[in-house]
Amino acid sequence: MEKYTLSVLVENSAGVLSRVVGLFTRRGFNIHSLSVGPTADDRVSRITIEVKGDVYMVEQVSKQLSKLMEVIKIKTLKESEMVKRGLVLVKIKTTPKNRGEIIEVANVFRANIIDLSPTTITAEVTGSDQKIEAFLNMVEGYGIEETARTGMTALERGANTLKIDK
Amino acid sequence: MNGADLAVKALEANGVKVVFGYPGAANAPFIDSVSHSSIEYVLSRNEQGAAHMASGYGRVNRVAGVCTATSGPGATNLITAIATAYMDSIPMVAITGQVKRELIGKDAFQEVDIIGATLPFTKHSYLVNEVKDIPRIVNEAFHIATTGRPGPVLIDFPMDVLKAPYEEEGEEEEINLRGYKLLGKANETQIKKVANAIKKAKKPVILAGGGIALSNAQNIVRELVKNTEIPVIATMMGLGVIPTDDKKFYGMIGSHGTKCANVMLNRSDLVIAMGTRLGDRSVANAEGLEKAKKLVHIDIDPAEIGKNMQPYIPVVGDIKDVAAQLKDALHGYKVNSEWAEDVDKLRGETTPELMTEDNGFVNPRYFLERLSEFTKSEAYITTEVGQNQLWTANHYTIKEPNRFLTSGGFGTMGYGLPAAIGASRAQSELPVIAVMGDGSFQMDLPELGTMKQYNIPVKMVLFKNDRLGMVHEHQYLFYGSNYQMVDITGGGPDFAKLVEAYGIKSGRVSENSKVDSAIKEMMADKESYLLIVDVSPYEPTGNALNESRMKEA
Repeated sequence: MEKYTLSVLVENSAGVLSRVVGLFTRRGFNIHSLSVGPTADDRVSRITIEVKGDVYMVEQVSKQLSKLMEVIKIKTLKESEMVKRGLVLVKIKTTPKNRGEIIEVANVFRANIIDLSPTTITAEVTGSDQKIEAFLNMVEGYGIEETARTGMTALERGANTLKIDK
Repeated sequence: MNGADLAVKALEANGVKVVFGYPGAANAPFIDSVSHSSIEYVLSRNEQGAAHMASGYGRVNRVAGVCTATSGPGATNLITAIATAYMDSIPMVAITGQVKRELIGKDAFQEVDIIGATLPFTKHSYLVNEVKDIPRIVNEAFHIATTGRPGPVLIDFPMDVLKAPYEEEGEEEEINLRGYKLLGKANETQIKKVANAIKKAKKPVILAGGGIALSNAQNIVRELVKNTEIPVIATMMGLGVIPTDDKKFYGMIGSHGTKCANVMLNRSDLVIAMGTRLGDRSVANAEGLEKAKKLVHIDIDPAEIGKNMQPYIPVVGDIKDVAAQLKDALHGYKVNSEWAEDVDKLRGETTPELMTEDNGFVNPRYFLERLSEFTKSEAYITTEVGQNQLWTANHYTIKEPNRFLTSGGFGTMGYGLPAAIGASRAQSELPVIAVMGDGSFQMDLPELGTMKQYNIPVKMVLFKNDRLGMVHEHQYLFYGSNYQMVDITGGGPDFAKLVEAYGIKSGRVSENSKVDSAIKEMMADKESYLLIVDVSPYEPTGNALNESRMKEA
C-alpha cells in the first residue's frame, strides 16, 4: 500500500468536513492524515488528505470526492512535486540537569521551544513525517508527557497551483 | 409572506404540481402554505409511502417528485424510500420540517439530525438557516436532483425559518454550484476507440442499463441498435430500453436473469455497457470481464468507471450524446451475421417452456405473459421485491423503460404499492398495475387508504403463496430446506375482506385456464381492484439460478 496526498478545495461552509469524512467511512477508504483550513479566499477551504491504498483506490477516492457539491477542485499531488509539512507540539519531562541537553537536541531539529516550566519543556517541530518521527525518537528517552500533532498539509512545488476556474 | 410561502413559491416555479406527505408540527407551516397555492397534496398513511409515491410519480412524469414529512420520526420514516431512490438514481426532493433553530442540538421533542442520517444516500442536502436562502436552495435542489446522474435531495427547514416573515422582494440569488459539472458528449478519441473495437469484435453485445432511461436516450439507442444490429441484453433497470419482445433483445442478465443473456455476456468478446454501474447482482464475474479486456463502460458518473471493474475502454458522458456519437462513428457498420445467428439459436435453446396445466395453482410466468398480452403492455407496471419482481422482469413484456417501476438497487419491499399510487397520480392515460407478493403487500398496505381517499386507481396483482417466497426458496437451496421465518399464513389476513374494508373490489384465480377471464375482470373498469392469484409455495423464481421446480417438503 502506498501513501497518496490529495489536495482538495472546498466551499467554506458548514457540514463540508462531515461530508468528506463520511464518504471515507462509507466507501471503506482509509484516511492516514487530514488537515483543513481556510485559504486566501475566505469562501474556500483547503483540505489535505493522505490516504493509503493502491492507484485504483486513490482514483476512486478522488472521483467520489469530486461528486460532493462542495468540492470545487481536487488534485492528487506527486511526492516528488510537492512540499509537505506537518507540525507537532511535544511536552517533554525535564529536570534542571537535562534541560540544556534537550534544548540542544531541539536546536538540531530547528524546533522552537515555546513553553518552559520547572518540570517540563514544550517544543514545536515542523517538517516531514520522518523529521517529526526522528525528533520524537530523540526525546522519548527523557519522557514525553504528551504530544499534539497535525495532519500533513502540502502545496505543489514551483509555479503550479490548484486554482479555481473563473 | 413567510418562509413557507417562499418555499412553496419556489416549488411552483420549479413546476411542482403535487406534494406527497404527512403532516406534523414542524412541517405544518409548509402544509399551510401549500393549501394556499396551486400545488395539491396527497396524504399518505406513513411517510415512507409518501416518498415512494413521489419516486413513482417522478419516474413517470420525468420530474423530481416531492414528498414532505415532519421532524424526528416523520423524517426518519422517509429514510428507506430516500435510499431506494438513491440506489436507482431517481430524482426526488424531500422536504422535512425541523425543530426551530434555537432548539437544534438540544435533543428537543421530535428532533433528529436528518441531514446526518441521510448523508450517505442523498445526492445533496440542505439545512436552511436563513429565510432569504430559500429560493436559491429550492432551485438548486431541483437542479441537482434532475440533472447529471439524478438522485434524491433533502431540504431540512427549521420550523421558525418556515414561519419567519419575509417581505423583501429583492433580486433572487442565482444558483451557485461551481463544484457541480454536467457532462454531455464524450471525448472523440474514446468514441473512435470504441467504434474501432466494435468493428474488430466478432461477438459484440450491448448491455443496456437504467442510465439510458434516466437520460431519456432510448430512442437514440434504439436507432443505434437498428442500424448496427448489435444484440442487446439489459440489467433490471435497463428493461424496456429496447422493447423486451424486440428480436434484437435477449433478456435480463444477473443472478435471476435469463440464461441466454448471461451466456451472451460470457461468450461475447466486447460488452458495450451503457448507463449501468455493473452491480454485484447483475455481473457476478467482474474479474472475468476485466481479464478478457472486453468491457467498454459508458457512464455519466466518472466514479462508476473503475468502481466495480476496470474497463478496457472507459467513456464518460451522457448516454444520449454518446449514443449519437457512436451512431455516427458506426455509420455503415453491421454486426456479423454468424454472431447474430448464434445468439438467436442460443435464445431458442434456452427459453424454457411454460407449464400451464390446472393443478390448483397459477403459473405466475404464464399469468404475466397473459397480462402483457391483454394490456398490450400499454400500462405502467410496478413490482415489490422478491419472486414477484423477477417473474415480472422476465415475463411481462416491457416496451418502454419508464413503464416498469421497480426497486432494483436497494431491493425495497413495500416500494411497489405506493410507487403505483404515485404513478397513477402522475397520469390518467394508462392503467397502473402493482404486482406484489403477499409478504411485500403487507409492508405498505395502509396506503390502500390513500388510494381510496384520493380515488387513485391501481390494479393490484397479489401472488399469494403464503410464504416469503424468495427467502423460502433460498432456504431450500442453501439451508437444507430449513424453512424458518418465511411462513406468513398464521391468522390470515383474508385479503379479499381486507380490501373490502377499504371499499376495493377483488377477485381470485387458482387455475391457469381461468387466468384470462380473471385479468379481463380486473381490467374491466377504472377502479382499483385486487386480484388474488394463488401460486404454489414451491414455485421457483426460475431462470439463471434455478430452473427446476422445488421439491415439496
